[in-house]
Amino acid sequence: MNEITIISVISLGSIGLVAAVILFLVASRFKVLEDPRIDVVADLLPGANCGGCGLAGCRAFAEAIVKAESLSGLNCPPGGNDTMQKIATALGLEATEAEPMIAVLRCNGSRQNSPPKVNYDGAMTCAFVHSLFSGEGGCPQGCLGCGDCVVACTFDAMYMDQITGLPVISNEKCVACGACVKACPRYIIEMRKKGKKDRRIYVSCINREKGGIARKNCSAACIGCGKCVKECQFDAIALENNLAYIDFNKCTLCRKCVPVCPTEAITELNFPARKAKAETNQA
Amino acid sequence: MRTFSIGGIHPPENKLSEKAPIEVLPLPQTVVIPVSQNLGAPATPIVAKGDQVKAGQLIAKCTAFISANIHSSVSGKVIKIDDMPDSAGYLRKAIVIQVEGDEWLEGIDTSPSIIKECSLSPKEIIDKVIEMGLVGMGGATFPLGVKLLPQQGKKIEVLLINGVECEPYLTADHRLMVERPEEILIGISILMKATGVAKAMIGIENNKPDAIKILSQAAQGFQGITVHPLQVKYPQGGEKQLIEALINRRVPSGKLPMEVGALVNNVGTAYAVYEAVQKNKPLVERVVTITGKNLKKPSNFMVRIGTSLSALIEAAGGLPTDTGKLVNGGPMMGKALTSVDVPITKGCSGILVFPTSESSRKPVVNCIRCARCTAGCCMGLEPYLLAVLAEKKRFEDCESHKIMDCIECGSCAYICPSGRPLLDLIRVGKAETGKMIRKRSAN
Repeated sequence: MNEITIISVISLGSIGLVAAVILFLVASRFKVLEDPRIDVVADLLPGANCGGCGLAGCRAFAEAIVKAESLSGLNCPPGGNDTMQKIATALGLEATEAEPMIAVLRCNGSRQNSPPKVNYDGAMTCAFVHSLFSGEGGCPQGCLGCGDCVVACTFDAMYMDQITGLPVISNEKCVACGACVKACPRYIIEMRKKGKKDRRIYVSCINREKGGIARKNCSAACIGCGKCVKECQFDAIALENNLAYIDFNKCTLCRKCVPVCPTEAITELNFPARKAKAETNQA
Repeated sequence: MRTFSIGGIHPPENKLSEKAPIEVLPLPQTVVIPVSQNLGAPATPIVAKGDQVKAGQLIAKCTAFISANIHSSVSGKVIKIDDMPDSAGYLRKAIVIQVEGDEWLEGIDTSPSIIKECSLSPKEIIDKVIEMGLVGMGGATFPLGVKLLPQQGKKIEVLLINGVECEPYLTADHRLMVERPEEILIGISILMKATGVAKAMIGIENNKPDAIKILSQAAQGFQGITVHPLQVKYPQGGEKQLIEALINRRVPSGKLPMEVGALVNNVGTAYAVYEAVQKNKPLVERVVTITGKNLKKPSNFMVRIGTSLSALIEAAGGLPTDTGKLVNGGPMMGKALTSVDVPITKGCSGILVFPTSESSRKPVVNCIRCARCTAGCCMGLEPYLLAVLAEKKRFEDCESHKIMDCIECGSCAYICPSGRPLLDLIRVGKAETGKMIRKRSAN
């Protein structure tokens, strides 16, 4: 009995020893040399693998930074400037400030503004509905309300509003990774500057049809009248193909374009109420 | 009696209008002719606002290889060329013509007399078919000229003519076979001449005994054309299913019928070929079935292309009060309409008017793994799996499970006891997988 134990321990032990030596030799012979800084950078990143930087994931982003030896053109939207600053300090590089961005829904075709004309009861996926027809409200460019963007969001930053039938983007949770932008078959969601105090002004319509046709399907459609273009003193609004577009780099958030819009297609977000502002001015 | 072997379903036939003879619909006041009525590129308009046109005049010319000419279906004045809503609610370019009288272009024979002899060479016939804007009339609207062009290294042995009309409700092809057998047979012999084929087989499901009888009798006067009754089973009118039913050959995955030496055309197409080649008449009218259980007068109309759907409904006794859904095409593969103000196009074989009680889908519940969709799939696919893969955006897996073989017949969604939208999801998957494959082959 004792003998068997000794033999097994010796034989197994020697097999293990030989294998360890082989493994050690192979490992040192085929060692993959990797820049240790990649691990440092990867640890600083959020690790969400959202793809918002345009690369395959956080590891790929770290590799790209180390390879490029510079941070220009590389930005981690969920991490924001804090993360980029930390990476810059760790690598001894100069950080480039990127303006924080956020997703905005450029459609206000809610059930009230664009009442359903037909009843759709097929598969609830925007990709399919878009290939099938113009949508329940009739606008061929408006939100279909099936929530492909909500499914695509990995940060839980979106939900469908059951009353309006439109997706709502959370100001706090959205990290501007751009997954929803790609998921929308109608390209309604746009990445815009988050703005000072989260204040944003944008035309919430992408319908390029002539005014009358657009208005037929949706009371909040941009009809391309050009009033906002005339009102804007900063040359921030352009009118093309019956649709106004506010350039967020030129817009000073003065809000003058909002009241002149006859269809209330221009949306202002997170501004104090207008009346309250007038009162404070008086006081 | 023959049929195809894999899958298939038996929906209620409901051929309400099979005894209604083809009536000519009165000319409308205006017609809206979309410049894209076929698979492939849209045609380019060659008329301007204010121009006077005659019926049969070319108004939009094809510019791409896979495209078809568009002719005016009426005589009158072009009142606008603008974006008009199509049956899906999207805006598409269309030519609007105000009807003034009914004057045909010179050289077009509109008399009912039958011309049997055709002296044109195969090349001339194909040129004529392209010039007259002919497309496949079975529903896919693939330009016919492209289909007839000889392919290098491939020889067509037999021409198969689809008189199956397996979609429930529709009777347009049925009535055409009963009322215009001579014209169809002459059309078939012209197609045989154009493709250099000595043998043609007409497949007709045996729920149309009158059509089988009439065509068999008439076919005795034509060399090489035979009529074959087939068992009733949906989707026998599918190209690959008809080939298997008639000549017992299977088209390999991803290949065209040419691979097994067959060419399939619809009886409606054969009729259009007769009109184009013998009578010089472009594709400006077609037979459309309008039917429905509550409709006053389910009928078959000869309709000018571009006529508004509302005119057709009016002629069939008006829209019943409890209408819940309008479908363009058959109940299995047709598309629901969003409005009645849409024009009839080259590919429109029928309009169905469903009462409210029949217009909604079943509520969707979980898949119970009964595999009835797999048993019903005429291409031998696994629809439940393809639907899940498409939903999860796993398009590589969709490709390896042969999603591109799906002919979108809708048998899986029809037969599913859980009411799952299988075909909807498979269509998404097919579109995305197709995009992926094209992108890959472009690189």
